[in-house]
Amino acid sequence: MMESQLVMQQGDFEKVLAIIQKLVRDANAKGVFVVDKAGQLIGEAGEMQGIDSTSLASLTAGCVAATGGLAKIVGEEEFPIHFHQGQRDNLHMSLVGDRMILVIVFDERSSLGLVRLRVKKAGNELARLFEEIRKKAETEARTHGSPFAEITDDDIDNLFAD
Amino acid sequence: MSFINYSSREINCKIVYYGPGLCGKTTNLQHIYQKTNPDVKGKMISLATETERTLFFDFLPLALGEIRGFKTRFHLYTVPGQVFYDASRKLILKGVDGVVFVADSQIERMEANLESLDNLKVNLKEQGYDLAKVPYVVQYNKRDVPNAAPLEEIRKLCNPMGVPDFEACATTGQGVFETLKAVAKLVLADLKKMGG
Repeated sequence: MMESQLVMQQGDFEKVLAIIQKLVRDANAKGVFVVDKAGQLIGEAGEMQGIDSTSLASLTAGCVAATGGLAKIVGEEEFPIHFHQGQRDNLHMSLVGDRMILVIVFDERSSLGLVRLRVKKAGNELARLFEEIRKKAETEARTHGSPFAEITDDDIDNLFAD
Repeated sequence: MSFINYSSREINCKIVYYGPGLCGKTTNLQHIYQKTNPDVKGKMISLATETERTLFFDFLPLALGEIRGFKTRFHLYTVPGQVFYDASRKLILKGVDGVVFVADSQIERMEANLESLDNLKVNLKEQGYDLAKVPYVVQYNKRDVPNAAPLEEIRKLCNPMGVPDFEACATTGQGVFETLKAVAKLVLADLKKMGG
């Protein structure tokens, strides 16, 4: 079945931000990003705002997808946690539910152990929240149809008017 | 899979350029990148080999303007066209909202076009999509080459579904934006219908 679209209301978006802002503090992280598996950036927190987070999201999804492909080749369902160690900064990626990725960037102010510990709790909270959001969007779609049903062909044409 | 954020009032969609090796998918994105204002585009990323063949994907984020108070953002991706990169192509189709099939007009590439088109259908099906239901346009690229197949012939072979199609020369930019606009329109029109 084709994946449904992700519709996020303001209240839910604020809940996502609250969880990742807390994760930044608890894990002493430089930055935390939530990305969906198709490469869309869902939310970000921390001191790295201003970096090219759109590219970060796209490459994260590519990296996770490629690693998932590798997992299947060696007989694993997936590799749910990835860790990239750098000279100064490190990157920790973990799967959240079945369609999100949690990315943490940290340096010597934190440690892999602390990050893994904090990610576990925050990841579970995010997974629950995204499941709620998905259910809410499904109910909304059933009762009210597409949130963009009122878009007219003229609206779309106007977007491309030179 | 489009992502609609009511908080930042944004609609995000993913468009994938598909087609055989060396048909001009990356060239399409490069032209769009070169001809758009810096304030509406992000950085273009190309994961390519040393010989500039696409290894994994090219990526270009583009903001097209506002619709009913929502900023529309399109993420353009290309797939690696070479036959042996099939595993990578499957991954890039994940969450796709619209597809552009770039056909190579050279007569000797017709078989490669057909092979790639079949491959697109199979890979979409694996992800749970049906090409007949996905917003989809076809571009006949390299119309300027001397050995280009007649339009009717390539149309018959590469566009049996009769979706919107465009003649192009991606190196000069002819037809590139027309193709992008057509697929973006179809994606937005699809948003109207999609209930979730």
